Amino acid sequence: MTTLTLAKALNAGLRRAMEQDGKVVLLGEDIGRLGGVFRITEGLQKDFGEQRVLDTPLAESGIVGTAVGLALRGYRPVVEIQFDGFVYPAYDQIVCQVAKLRTRSGGQRALPIVIRIPYGGGIGAVEHHSESPEAQFAHTPGLKVVTCSNPVDGYWMLQQAIAHDDPVVFLEPKRLYHSTRAELDPALEPGPLFASRVVRSGTDATLIAYGPTVQTCLAAADQAAEEGRSLEVVDLRTISPLDLGPVAESVRRTGRAVVVHEAHVSFGVGAEVAAAITEQCFFSLEAPVLRVCGYDTPYPLSRVEHEWLPTVDRVLDAVDRAVGF
Amino acid sequence: MSDLIQLLTADGVRVEHPDVAFSPDPSLLDTYGDEPGVLRALLRDMTLVRRFDVEATALQRHGELGLWPSSLGQEAAQIGAGRALAPGDYVFPTYRDHGIAWCRRIDPVDLLGVFRGTDHVGWDPEEKRYAPVTIVIGAHTLHAVGYALGALHDGAVGTGDASRDTAVLACFGDGATSQGDVNEAMVFAASYHVPVVFFLQNNHWAISEPVTRQSRIPLVQRAAGFGFPGYRVDGNDVLATYAVVQRALEHARTGQGPVLVEAVTYRMGAHTTTDDPTRYRTDDDLEVWRRRDPIDRLARYLRTTGGADDAWFAALEAEADELGADVRARCHALPDPSPLVSFDATYAEITPTLAAQRAEVAALLDGTEVAR
Repeated sequence: MTTLTLAKALNAGLRRAMEQDGKVVLLGEDIGRLGGVFRITEGLQKDFGEQRVLDTPLAESGIVGTAVGLALRGYRPVVEIQFDGFVYPAYDQIVCQVAKLRTRSGGQRALPIVIRIPYGGGIGAVEHHSESPEAQFAHTPGLKVVTCSNPVDGYWMLQQAIAHDDPVVFLEPKRLYHSTRAELDPALEPGPLFASRVVRSGTDATLIAYGPTVQTCLAAADQAAEEGRSLEVVDLRTISPLDLGPVAESVRRTGRAVVVHEAHVSFGVGAEVAAAITEQCFFSLEAPVLRVCGYDTPYPLSRVEHEWLPTVDRVLDAVDRAVGF
Repeated sequence: MSDLIQLLTADGVRVEHPDVAFSPDPSLLDTYGDEPGVLRALLRDMTLVRRFDVEATALQRHGELGLWPSSLGQEAAQIGAGRALAPGDYVFPTYRDHGIAWCRRIDPVDLLGVFRGTDHVGWDPEEKRYAPVTIVIGAHTLHAVGYALGALHDGAVGTGDASRDTAVLACFGDGATSQGDVNEAMVFAASYHVPVVFFLQNNHWAISEPVTRQSRIPLVQRAAGFGFPGYRVDGNDVLATYAVVQRALEHARTGQGPVLVEAVTYRMGAHTTTDDPTRYRTDDDLEVWRRRDPIDRLARYLRTTGGADDAWFAALEAEADELGADVRARCHALPDPSPLVSFDATYAEITPTLAAQRAEVAALLDGTEVAR
């Protein structure tokens, strides 16, 4: 058993996927000798060669479009987009091509592509380096969207996404790359990929989070416990398809729900979750489903990003409102 | 090279080119006997594809198709390129490449589904080695490059084994050369030295925008900027197009990297049936190109050289009539798809949300109560 950061766990997951299937190839900018700007692919080109780990020209649409052709040829490409805000030049390829080629081939062709995107803020970065585009991809039929909140999930979910036959947008919370550690036992069997999970039990309200905000919610639950309030935390893990089972079960018990994500609040994942909870748990709800999210501005300057990101205080304030409703 | 390669003039006269000769593949000679036989076969291909295209345009006018992109005038470019393909080559087509589809032995009626709204693809892309059509201009040229990269990594290039070596034909038009994806495709192709032939049909119009809006220099010159060879061929000359594309495919297949072929042709019809070319181009312009018609010139050559006689032309005309009637009848008979097809073709495994939505539609179709 080893203790790994999320970055190292993702690296180990990629390595194992490449060892197990010779058709897995990686494409991205600076992922070869440099090992990627976050070092997620460190050492892989050295061990698997330049045909398995391709340093690409600096063209995101080109990277994703080339991956489509490789997939049609029988490969399982794993694409690295360097930063969230750089994915938009590839948006057409992802939304119109990757997402639709299965339908366009009359269901004849699977398109097993994983698009890895380091996402989210909190690292003091410059413009285009802190975005949360999950809703844009989750709103696209044909794509699946998942995100991990800890090294163990990162290790397993990445391998499961690569083995999956549908295209998966795999969002990696970049501020957790080096800040979280966990013990990883590669002999343990993982749970299913497209499943949400209760990561902390509680009775007074349910916090629903994914990716970077899971840690925020766990910290909020710790603080609430000191004040005698018991919060349950659900890690969505899969955004599309949304696995509402554990969420609904939790909300039926607690009667209160707060959805927490970094992405802009309007038309976001929180809206979808709130609507689904309302449909399924209407008679169990003691309060409206509340959202603690990023504001509807472009991501702010990094010196003030802490005012924009959901914080423990903002989460607890929402819980207070839900309980006092 | 940016001079226009030509082997058959608009008047139907054979001419020589210092670098390029028409030498049909042995398999074509085996099938059609001799060179006049091959030329008759090419003329037959062009004639039948044109008839199909005219019928499809008429079907749209009768409300049987939602839209039709005509290939009228581009038959030589498409048949020349299509007949130059080896069985193992793979095509990433545009929505206008009916002639190349014909050469891949795709039933022309199967091309209508996309435009009638009955099917996304009417053929098996793997069996025909002809990808589903992409409506977004130029996006598929990247797929061609990725596929070619895969072929290269599979060792299916430059082995000398004709059954194994693969070239990929990436089709696009002059308008698409302005797209970022086409330029990115060329960067990637050059960078990885992949076996792709960029087959650019310069038909002079991107809907209403003339090619001069896309480029101030001959488009073929772009190849030099990416670092691979480019050939400019008379795309209304089926012999020259065949010869140049054949050479380009061979170049790619043998591991010498990408090639750009600019086939200079003309879209005689509208961009699609939604558009009215009389608003943006003159009859004079059209007349110049009518005199360069790809079918007329080969017919003239075969007549003057005795390669085909009246009886042969009459039989071809009858065959075209028969094809037209057949396409018309079978278009009407194309079945409407089940609405459930959409749910089944979205993911490899249906998701729980989609399964619930599918059940709802299935129940509506059955007229039964929806279980909730």
